[in-house]
Amino acid sequence: MMPLAAAEHFAGPPDWTWYILFYFFLAGLAGGSYVIATLLRHWGDRADEPAARLGYLVAFPLILVCPILLALDLGKPVPFWHMLVNTTTGAEGVNFKVRSPMSVGSWALLVFTLFAAVSFFEVLVRDRVISLPFADRAVRLLDGTVGMLWNVVGAALGLFIAGYTGVLLAVSNQPVWSDTWTLGGLFLASGLSGSAAFLGLLVRYRSDAQASAGVLTLSERLFALLELALIVVFAVTLVPARTFDDAFGFPWILLWLVVLAGLVPGLGGLVTRRLAVTPEGVTSQGTVAAQSALASVAVPTLILIGVLALRAAVIFSAQ
Amino acid sequence: MAEITPGKAYGFFTDTSVCIGCKACEVACKEWNQLPGNQPVFGDGYDNTGSLDSQNWRHVQLIDNVPDETLGAGQGKAWLMMSDVCKHCKQASCMEVCPTGAIIRTEFDTVFIQPSVCNGCRDCISACPYNVIGFDEHTNVAQKCTLCYDRLQGGMEPACAKACPTDSIQFGPLDELRQQADKRLAALHSQGVAQAQLYGHDDSVYGGLNAFFLLMDKPEAYKLPNAENAVLPSRNNPGGYLTGVVTAVLGVLGGLIALRRRRPPAEATPPESEGGEG
Repeated sequence: MMPLAAAEHFAGPPDWTWYILFYFFLAGLAGGSYVIATLLRHWGDRADEPAARLGYLVAFPLILVCPILLALDLGKPVPFWHMLVNTTTGAEGVNFKVRSPMSVGSWALLVFTLFAAVSFFEVLVRDRVISLPFADRAVRLLDGTVGMLWNVVGAALGLFIAGYTGVLLAVSNQPVWSDTWTLGGLFLASGLSGSAAFLGLLVRYRSDAQASAGVLTLSERLFALLELALIVVFAVTLVPARTFDDAFGFPWILLWLVVLAGLVPGLGGLVTRRLAVTPEGVTSQGTVAAQSALASVAVPTLILIGVLALRAAVIFSAQ
Repeated sequence: MAEITPGKAYGFFTDTSVCIGCKACEVACKEWNQLPGNQPVFGDGYDNTGSLDSQNWRHVQLIDNVPDETLGAGQGKAWLMMSDVCKHCKQASCMEVCPTGAIIRTEFDTVFIQPSVCNGCRDCISACPYNVIGFDEHTNVAQKCTLCYDRLQGGMEPACAKACPTDSIQFGPLDELRQQADKRLAALHSQGVAQAQLYGHDDSVYGGLNAFFLLMDKPEAYKLPNAENAVLPSRNNPGGYLTGVVTAVLGVLGGLIALRRRRPPAEATPPESEGGEG
């Protein structure tokens, strides 16, 4: 019997290119930022609240760009809402297909955007950027358990948004994508890593959030380790399907080198300093501003480029 | 041709042993369905349409199966010719992933993409294991063979079957076509054509194909996945989501560890504070 491998892939490429690449990238950052913000707010110190607010502030604008990119990628952008509503004569109604990650993802994107929007405006009200009596009353509803529940459900959706894009690729008959079950986890780990780096970059510009720089640095190291492990498993799963060369051959190997370069700061930190406080004190309050531009701007930027390169390598190599 | 009745399953039986590669099916399909077609591509063979896509709903594969060395009389191999088409699978990969519900099964048990519902996401293209579906640049939706849905509604057989001069493409009720295929296979085997085999006539491939074939070589030679490799996209749902869940748990755990480990115990109560209070 011929093994499932032999890679009898006769499927044609869907030509998902730049819009989809940047959608995957931004969805990872939006979902990851919301997750990290929730961890900081509910499991961190009181000093972590400004960084948590930063996370909620960026998650909503990032996720808002996503449906625009998705609609632009459609052949017919105007009926983008057909993802949610079936217009077939005689079968009109809500579209929700559990077996189709694109269908499930469309709903998840909609609901997560709602959660991100509420958390975004909550922060604006709490920070007094918006000052309206009814807004204050509305935000008070999110105090205590209700607010925590809202954030936790939003974070669960954020985790889904950051990772389902990988499952969407796998649920196909494309070479590389359909030969592995790792892409959902890989995109999620990469999204978390990128989000920690992104927020680490932003805290440099918000002095009251710098207390959380350490936790962002440490979490980025752990997310990078998780991402590396999943890259290894991803590569291993392609071997029996004989599509390893498709994903890692030239020119894609160049993108994978960029991916690895993006992992170096996190993994390097993990190897040299593990989870300890760094000698420079980046994990203690008020030291971010004193860091060199290389450490606080170039390193997070490199990590983000690595996150983008990972998605580019996976998306383009299979097509 | 008997009356075409809604509610009955119809399909194609394509007998590649009598295909002569004339492409009358391709022409008839384009004529009836008003497909503008792509620019012809002339390579080193006789195939100038390349593959099935949004403009080629029928495509004649011309496969050079002739060995370079001369063989003895009666032992030579011929060109393989096959008029390829959408298989209208019982378990259709395209239907499984389509998020809009644009891909439906018609009253004739065929698979049809509704242009008015499709929004051109192209998920079906990545799912189709036969590379049948293409993105139509003119209409901006995914398109493929409709098994001449409009002709069936008008009681007419599909244009390609009507035009085929050798009856390589036969149209009819599925149960009748299967009986014809069995007889034809038995006849070929009795003539010593041992390599002849049916593809998609039973449920071993995607639950059965409404457009099935009599092949003169193994399926892979015609770019058709064999029964072991005929798998649905949804097979990766459980593994994909499970990996996502495990990663999510580990990711959250990583975040919590980072929150606990960021400061050494000594830093929790700064010395200067203690001094001030004292």
